[in-house]
Amino acid sequence: MLQINNLHASINGKEILKGINLTVRDGEVHAVMGLNGAGKSTLSNVIVGHPAYEVTSGSITFDGKDILSLKPEERAREGIFLSFQQPVEIPGVSMVNFMRAALNAKRKYQGLDPLPAGDFLKLMRERRKIVELDSRLTSRSVNEGFSGGEKKRNEIFQMAMLEPKLAILDETDSGLDVDALRIVAEGFNKLRTPQTSAIVITHYQRLLDYLKPDVVHVLIDGRIVKTGGPELAAEIESRGFDWIKAEIGNSVTPL
Amino acid sequence: MKAEKQYIDFYQEVRFRLTSRSPEEMNLQREEALRTFAAKGFPSRKVERYRYANVEADFAPNYGIQLAPLSGTLPSHCFRIADAEPRIRALYNKVADTADSIVALNTMLCVDTLVVHVPKATRVEHPIQISNVLKGEQDTMVCRRILVVMDEMAEADIIITDRAASGNRFLTNQVIEVVMEEGAHLSLYEVEETHLLCTRYSNVFVRQGKNSTLHHSNLTLFNGHTRNRLDVLMQGEGSEVTANGCVIADKMQHVDNNTLIEHLVPNCQSHELYKYVLDDSAVGAFAGKVLVHEGAQKTSSKETNANLLATRTARMYTQPMLEIYADDVQCSHGSTVGQMDETALFYMRQRGIDEKEARLLLKAAFITEVIENIPLESLRDRLHVLVDKRLRGELSKCEGCKLCK
Repeated sequence: MLQINNLHASINGKEILKGINLTVRDGEVHAVMGLNGAGKSTLSNVIVGHPAYEVTSGSITFDGKDILSLKPEERAREGIFLSFQQPVEIPGVSMVNFMRAALNAKRKYQGLDPLPAGDFLKLMRERRKIVELDSRLTSRSVNEGFSGGEKKRNEIFQMAMLEPKLAILDETDSGLDVDALRIVAEGFNKLRTPQTSAIVITHYQRLLDYLKPDVVHVLIDGRIVKTGGPELAAEIESRGFDWIKAEIGNSVTPL
Repeated sequence: MKAEKQYIDFYQEVRFRLTSRSPEEMNLQREEALRTFAAKGFPSRKVERYRYANVEADFAPNYGIQLAPLSGTLPSHCFRIADAEPRIRALYNKVADTADSIVALNTMLCVDTLVVHVPKATRVEHPIQISNVLKGEQDTMVCRRILVVMDEMAEADIIITDRAASGNRFLTNQVIEVVMEEGAHLSLYEVEETHLLCTRYSNVFVRQGKNSTLHHSNLTLFNGHTRNRLDVLMQGEGSEVTANGCVIADKMQHVDNNTLIEHLVPNCQSHELYKYVLDDSAVGAFAGKVLVHEGAQKTSSKETNANLLATRTARMYTQPMLEIYADDVQCSHGSTVGQMDETALFYMRQRGIDEKEARLLLKAAFITEVIENIPLESLRDRLHVLVDKRLRGELSKCEGCKLCK
């Protein structure tokens, strides 16, 4: 599904990603762990085409298609979804208009007619339930006045509406209490199919307990330095990252 | 004095024709207006309230001037001035700033006055709609005059729309005088959707009596050059005014809103909110002064001007002003000029919404606050549709006007 080869990317001339290699197959959930500043969010931003980041070399293909030349909206319509670490408040743009514009843009891209208003609202109602999002919230402006937890729930609600092939969850667990975390994670699991994949960026084991990743990567200083199974996440939870740093030792050359 | 001369010459030429078609109340004011206009001429940018206008250039073209009195059936509560009660007729030119030369030019050349008179304790159920359609074979100047009198406890909504049905040049000089007696409620809406060759000078003067409330919304959706002036004199205690405006301008459009709200007496409230969305090389200006006179204690006033500039070439001049001569008041004023929220744009694009549509949604969202403040629901709904159409470039497809494309 997603193939990243030797990806280098920088922001404002500063190189953050220094040769990422990552392959995500259909149906897989990959966790990316690492300390602050390691480049985890940069990786997700580069995949979705954030204009502030410059890809200096390497490639990203999605379902065989080179996506680096695609605009962010085209990547989204291809089926890549980012659950934002900090969802944006957009006063004055209603959730309904926002979701309708997004869904119909995707349908248009797929050669489908816009969803009739009745069907659309029905779909909203249905998908809202997956993350137990109050109708009070979906009748407001996008994220306006939402609590931190409601914003994260709203991200997964949008994911449920847009049914992406690849979902990237950028610290979706941050700012969530245990109950909200369970609702978000269970909501996410309900949306999984053998054809959909996910990259889950997190600091903690907690979310991974629910999401059960197939592969766990450790990102340090712009490179994936260690890859393992779910047990790697558990080990990081108990031992931290220092042992991995020690293990790679001199292979990380300071700039 | 070149631009003025054609108007003075024209007046002298048609003076007899004009007075023979007009009622006495209007004719009595013409000579004085001529003297004012001839002495002052068009205001230059040195005149404080015209700092952001280019009056002489706007009035310089050679327009044909319409001298037709009002005709046809008028809606209920509307009259030609000749048919109104004497005490109403006597209010003509008593509220307007007669020392202003644009007003003087209107007084000099206007043929007829539309009077809206709502009698005591009468509530006009349906909005009174005054629809101005500019149409003609040649470039035309229109002088329009409206006198609104709201008797005690009268209530009404008035919607005034400006449209153009032909693609030539138009210049509108409009003076609206409003008298509100004790306890009167008036919502006065102005919606302009004309085209790039239309110039509009609107001058609204309001006198508010005790416990009266005025809502004024001025929506410039499409235009060429527009200057909207609003002067409100709060003469009766407990009165309240809400003055709102929204402007959507692009290409080379120019919109200038200029307001003066005077608190003469204690316990009055004024709220102002003007929002502009400027694209391409559009120029906007807002200058609003709130003047709290000595003794006008317990005044509450808030003035806000917020602007969204979608390009680097669009320009906004903003000047909120507060002058206070009382010591127990609550007043605030402020303005902001900002660009598109890039994080919001990216968020929307990540959901598959293309950049153009995302920008459009953000612009509409910015304006929404002004529309939502409109008390009349049916107009609110209509305006949401019009704003969306406007931003999509589907508005003002005037006949033969290639410029709008």
